[in-house]
Amino acid sequence: MGSTIEPNRLNRRDLIKRATAIGIAAVPASGLLSACAASGGGSKQETGKKTATNPFGVADSAGLEVIIFKGGFGDDYAKRFEQLYSKQYPSAKVTHTPTQNITGLLQPRLNGGNPPDVVDDSGNAQIKLDVLQKAGQLTDLTPLLDAPSIDDPGKKVRDTLQPGTVELGTIGGTFCTLQYVYTVFGLWYSGKLFRQHGWSAPRTWADFMSLSAEIKKAGIAPFAHQGKYPYYINVAIMDLAIKNGGPDFMNRVDKLDDTVWDEAPAKNAIEAVYQIVSNNYLLPGTNGMTHIESQTAWNQYRAAFVPCGAWLENEQLKSTPSDFEMTFMPMPSLPGDKLPFEAIRGGANEPYIVPAKAKNAAGGMEFMRIMLSKAGAVAFAQTANSLTVVKDAIGPEVQLRPGTKSTVTALKAAGGNVFNPTYLYTASQLDVDMGNASSELMANRIQPAEWLKRVKTATQKAKKNGS
Amino acid sequence: MRHRKYPFIVGFLIVPVALYALLVIWPYLQTFGYSLTDWSGESTVMHFVGLRNYTALFSDAVFRQALLHNVLLLVFLPVITILLALFFAFMLNVGGRAGTGGVQGVRGAAVYKVVFFFPQVLSIAILAVLFEAVYRSDGGGLLNGVLLKLGLEDPQHPIEWLNDPGLVLWSILAILVWSGVGFYLVLFSAAMQSIPREIYEAALLDGAGRVQTFFRVTLPLLWDSVQTAWVYLAIAAMDAFALVSTLTPGVAYGGGPDYHGEVMATYLMRNFLYFGKSGYACAMGVVILFLTLILSAIALRVTRRERIEF
Repeated sequence: MGSTIEPNRLNRRDLIKRATAIGIAAVPASGLLSACAASGGGSKQETGKKTATNPFGVADSAGLEVIIFKGGFGDDYAKRFEQLYSKQYPSAKVTHTPTQNITGLLQPRLNGGNPPDVVDDSGNAQIKLDVLQKAGQLTDLTPLLDAPSIDDPGKKVRDTLQPGTVELGTIGGTFCTLQYVYTVFGLWYSGKLFRQHGWSAPRTWADFMSLSAEIKKAGIAPFAHQGKYPYYINVAIMDLAIKNGGPDFMNRVDKLDDTVWDEAPAKNAIEAVYQIVSNNYLLPGTNGMTHIESQTAWNQYRAAFVPCGAWLENEQLKSTPSDFEMTFMPMPSLPGDKLPFEAIRGGANEPYIVPAKAKNAAGGMEFMRIMLSKAGAVAFAQTANSLTVVKDAIGPEVQLRPGTKSTVTALKAAGGNVFNPTYLYTASQLDVDMGNASSELMANRIQPAEWLKRVKTATQKAKKNGS
Repeated sequence: MRHRKYPFIVGFLIVPVALYALLVIWPYLQTFGYSLTDWSGESTVMHFVGLRNYTALFSDAVFRQALLHNVLLLVFLPVITILLALFFAFMLNVGGRAGTGGVQGVRGAAVYKVVFFFPQVLSIAILAVLFEAVYRSDGGGLLNGVLLKLGLEDPQHPIEWLNDPGLVLWSILAILVWSGVGFYLVLFSAAMQSIPREIYEAALLDGAGRVQTFFRVTLPLLWDSVQTAWVYLAIAAMDAFALVSTLTPGVAYGGGPDYHGEVMATYLMRNFLYFGKSGYACAMGVVILFLTLILSAIALRVTRRERIEF
């Protein structure tokens, strides 16, 4: 399934670790689950009366069991959701189980027909969602989409979500996963450092280059990247290209149309990034650094910019000086861009599910409705330092960390100009080949022309293997 | 009671053999079965494709490059590790010449033995973290820090040990040697201690120097241990998965830069779990299995010598 945006979350390394575990877990799981789905558990579901404020008919006294993957976001945010739930149903007993081993906890419960009511199916030991869906283990969450929003009963929940949420959560034709966390991608800098030197964030690539010259003069490296994991620089290159070529360019990349690599947007983007290399604007050693090493060097003011997704603030929480003023900005504009400067890459991830045989499935959906309220989104942004798929949930009065706050501003400014290429999830070999080419380019072992040639060949290969 | 002997033996063997068959032999056979299909790894649907995976494998440039790297490791890892371990073991046990007439190791041999064995105690995960710090690509790394202090490299262009096509494999080899020498040192030490002292004393009386003692006495009497070490190290050289996948750059399971650090095992894993080409990966697994088997057989046969009883 190509719809989980795994790489967005935390970092590339987690993804890889997770992919390993998924593969190991999913192989036996697929057999077991499908075998069990047919037998059908005999547990009775508890329901109450459906009303306007209780659209799913939650029984007042029915307990709610929540299993949360305790990873990069912690599990404090879930406790806040649970408090909100308890306020609504004071007589319901809410059980909170944080874990890093979802499969170990969930698989026997699913097979035994007595699963919990809400699961954050994420992390190293995630059970693959398409496997669960095929085995008939997931509740269809369409009623959630059509239920009234908690904040405005006149609105359906569906209309309060960021675009793409429903599509991403739909597997095999049914909306059965709620991808809750919303991540944006771009460049990051320290507001304090920039103020100290009187620099301002560049809007065009030309400004970016002249500012870089100035930064270098000040004895700071203009640009760091997570060289050991070329995923990050790939995102930067592709975002430049997509902003230059527009949505049409992105769709052609996703469809593995190899002619895009002969055209101006691809060429402009890779030549722009190569200017960082040829002008010696890279932090020394950054090409060999892990994400933590390079991001920490950036936190120590040894580099001015670093490309990353919005998980950066939470990931660097411990190494960020308190007056750092972490600030997000979109990728700078190239001449002739089809998308405005404000356009950014953004997408949802972190899947929540309600198991089909949950005793209190109605309560599970109500829990999700609370997650999708403004109070839920604010709780998440404050405790997990990340945005959610709830549109415009965070008002200016809400206290947030500076980095998260700057992503709220950027997302609002982007409006409808948010894009999210899918080739990453459907053509993983192209991603790997492009990563190798990008690493070579950043290390100045190949030039832009060679990069384009390699990526074109990789696209042809991916297309051939895909069909 | 002779007829009771076999049921007795079978009774003891049946459980371990059944477990071995179920947990080792059967997966091998399954892997072979999967290698003839286009299995994606995440579904129960697969199609029989005959030997197509194997033919594809031989024209796969990345796999050939990975194989070459394994062969390089195979040549250098056993030779360097065994030579170093033999040298140290010899020095620790019979290399010293202090005192009169006695055959003993250099001063402080007991301490060295423990110190040399330390790396063996570290788990591979700790090794990876440790060497991430040693090979770090800026001045914060141990190697680069020293080189910078000595003024041997340009601070603007530090050596990116694991991101340099010409250095990455040798950097990995150095870790394998560093972590392996201690174990073989102890293995050889134990074997050396079982060599009767009289033989050394006789050699000494005949005026043999350290070098002669080593080649004429120690090495021939240690041959069995060396042979064992050779097979183990060859198998380790065919693997190297853990270090390559954690330390080298690349999208999934390292192998970079640009396949210059790739070994067969990392390429296998990337195909198996990341590209969803599990059938193809199984074919690689089968090839690696046979290569390892053949190598072990060759190593044992070529190094076979007449056993010296003492």
